[in-house]
Amino acid sequence: MKGLLNFFHKIEPDKEKSPFLHTVFDGFFTFLFVPNHVTAKGVHVRDRMDLKRLMIFVVLAMMGCYVFGAYNIGHHHFAALGEYTQLGEGIGPKLWYGLLKILPILIVTMAVGLGIEFYYASRKGHGIEEGFIVSGMLIPLIMPPDLPLWMLGLAVVFAVILGKEAFGGTGMNILNVALLTRVFVFFAYPTYISGDEVWISGVAGVDGVTGATPLALAAKGGWEAVTQVYSASDMWWGFIPGSIGETSKPLIILGALFLIFTRVASWRIMISMVLGAAFVGMLMNGFAPEITADTAGVFKFMAVPWYYQFYMGSFLFAMAFMATDPVTASGTNKGKWIYGFLIGSIGMVIRIINPAYPEGWMLAILLLNVFAPTIDHFVVEGNMKRRAKRAEAIA
Amino acid sequence: MRKNIARWSNLILLSLFANSIFAQADTSASGGGMNLLYALVVLILFILGMRFFGTSKVLKKDGNTIVLTKGQDLHLEGAAEKAVNENVQSKTFAVRPPDFFNISPIPKVVVAVGEEVKAGDTLFFDKKRPEIKYASPVSGEVVAINRGAKRSISEVIILADKEVQSRSYDAFDLNGESREALVNYLLDSGVWPYLRQRPYNIVADPATTPSNIFVSTFDTAPLAPDLSFVVEGQEDAFQKGLDVLGKLTDGSVYLGIDGRGGKVAGAFADASGVEKQAFNGKHPAGNVGVQIHHISPVNNNNIAWTAGVQEVITIGKLFLNQQFDASRLVAVAGEVNNPHYVRTFQGANVGDLLEGNLNDGSYRLISGDVLSGKKKDKAHFMGFFDDQITVITEGHYFEMLGWLLPQTKRPTVSKTFFGGFMPSRTVKADTNMHGEKRAFVVSGQYEDMLPMDIYPQYLLKSIIVGDFEKMEGLGIYEVVEEDLALCEFACTSKQPLQNILRQGLNEMIEQS
Repeated sequence: MKGLLNFFHKIEPDKEKSPFLHTVFDGFFTFLFVPNHVTAKGVHVRDRMDLKRLMIFVVLAMMGCYVFGAYNIGHHHFAALGEYTQLGEGIGPKLWYGLLKILPILIVTMAVGLGIEFYYASRKGHGIEEGFIVSGMLIPLIMPPDLPLWMLGLAVVFAVILGKEAFGGTGMNILNVALLTRVFVFFAYPTYISGDEVWISGVAGVDGVTGATPLALAAKGGWEAVTQVYSASDMWWGFIPGSIGETSKPLIILGALFLIFTRVASWRIMISMVLGAAFVGMLMNGFAPEITADTAGVFKFMAVPWYYQFYMGSFLFAMAFMATDPVTASGTNKGKWIYGFLIGSIGMVIRIINPAYPEGWMLAILLLNVFAPTIDHFVVEGNMKRRAKRAEAIA
Repeated sequence: MRKNIARWSNLILLSLFANSIFAQADTSASGGGMNLLYALVVLILFILGMRFFGTSKVLKKDGNTIVLTKGQDLHLEGAAEKAVNENVQSKTFAVRPPDFFNISPIPKVVVAVGEEVKAGDTLFFDKKRPEIKYASPVSGEVVAINRGAKRSISEVIILADKEVQSRSYDAFDLNGESREALVNYLLDSGVWPYLRQRPYNIVADPATTPSNIFVSTFDTAPLAPDLSFVVEGQEDAFQKGLDVLGKLTDGSVYLGIDGRGGKVAGAFADASGVEKQAFNGKHPAGNVGVQIHHISPVNNNNIAWTAGVQEVITIGKLFLNQQFDASRLVAVAGEVNNPHYVRTFQGANVGDLLEGNLNDGSYRLISGDVLSGKKKDKAHFMGFFDDQITVITEGHYFEMLGWLLPQTKRPTVSKTFFGGFMPSRTVKADTNMHGEKRAFVVSGQYEDMLPMDIYPQYLLKSIIVGDFEKMEGLGIYEVVEEDLALCEFACTSKQPLQNILRQGLNEMIEQS
């Protein structure tokens, strides 16, 4: 260890002459070694916890989604081509195929995003902050497997520069960077990230293959239409087409429990988001008309039992990894309840009522990201009023 | 802990079986009032959740005890053994103007080097408030008047006599004289600086009358002295001191009593003429600021004074024996050979008190506790209000992948470490930062460490942007550095919370 340390000290670039290289060096070095800095002012003892560990725990929580995502890409690719149609068959080739799809996406995301981070860190003369690790790991999981890499790169550039660095970097951004990347692709290149064609990898032009997601089916024909193609069990375990990492519900729940157990993510946001979604789902059920042959699709969608809404789409993934981003979520405990509940209910409204695109979490979370400071403002204001009232009572 | 595991594993199993349960249900759920009823139930659940888990609920009442649920005790190695080592004594003592906030940096020093003084003799006074006299804790010869930056006075050092002699005082009739006469007597005698004022934690202003006076009789800080042990044999002086405090306020003198179930000294439990309030909770439940917050929160119109237990004893002895007796029992704790108590005087030399007790190596010497104490050298002197010296290892080391795979046990409150689930485990501490400073990222972390109805992160941000109205509204008057020290310890982003707070407090002082 000592030799390694000496080696690194020897190759450390000069801070004055090449600030960019030094910043990059510092970024990697502090990952390998916790620096020997000691406390100077204030507390003499610091908790072992730091931002690197916090970020890496989020990454650990989504590892299951990565592995399953790789397998799922491969499975649908081969199944669509008529090979290895059973789940247990060809696990090796399926994983390998999926890995070859995910890796380029991950590499492009990281290279572009971290490149920008490094540049801004050296420009501002501070250390590289770890925020993009989580964003960069999340972005591949919410993309379709065949997204052209240049689009991805462009979206990451947009999200990191305008969404984050423009506001001052890690900890200062208002909007969730990963979702901003997705929303850029969504509005700039909608045909590459929505519809029935994009969710199964490597089958463009193959006849007779449809890769409609359960939500797309539900929006047209309700739960009946969904179950003609996918079983509830497939949706639960995740063997359905969709964005790379969002399909397997048990693995996402495990990740969410891991985050809650280690107190990395807020359980308040998760619980209240579930409550919010269930609330609107129930209301929709309650107001859905009797279903006949010529009922419009939206009413059929409304009539999908509320608990099945959790089986389809990316609700759980958004709940576990997107809404809980501490920087863009509400900061007060009361605010977190309101924030989560509003995401749950607004997202469900967008999902069901939206005629064009049957999913709502991305837009709902971004909307509430914008309103999170307002929610906190009123909570904090309540605290100030309480204090002022107490002061009046004493005086 | 075990209960938690059981609860979570149940949840996991339940979610895995949810699939088979719902598979039995209908495929469409149109119409029907039942669904609206369910929706109502969910809405009520949400409101209940927000009500019970949304506000920073920090307080439960258990009989007459206030139970504080937030905070954390840090169990470090090297707690002082409850025995006084009478062989250790400091040769020199100092009074340091920088120990007092809001004192002008160049106070008027009225003694000269080489002059003989007695305990209680004035060493210097603040030019802004010349009536407050800062007294020598011991008798002896003034050997140095050291200056810091910009000719500010950093310390006045006295070489102590073998037998400390007090200056002589007239007896004071506590029941016969007016409050004004009492204030003048306290000012003149040199014990006035022991009275501190909240907000700001500054020396009390003689021109004001505090609403209440608070004394915390237990210290929950890491390795802090056991005040029930310290007060042994000083019961009369302590009671006398409380009687004096009682004359200074129109309100009450409140004693914060240890309600955690340990043994409480009779001097505290049987004190008369005061209001007693028991507190049960982890650190910082013993901080007087936290206790004030739950009894009568401070603001501009509700000024509180505070004093430490040993300071009350010094005031009491002045009235009992007409002597200035600033003797202190100091806990010498942490990574020393013999963690013990030593009997000395206020402002003792740090190196003298640690003589023969330190190992070779690089150590941080702290006057006070590891959270809010001050860093000292061997040549330095203890703080005016401190009754503890803590020694911990300096953390000048690189730790390979230490953020991911820690190689040693260190104090933590984070549940990402196994240690976070074992809060009562005793561990060693060092001064390593364990990471680098970052922007505020995590929310809700400070609230878990501060048993007060305050949003620390919003308060700190309002200080950083200089928003006075917000600072006031968010409760800056109710906190001082030591109250936020635990938050700073736990901070994932390694932010200097105490520094930020003191900057805000100083700005508030300038404004008022």
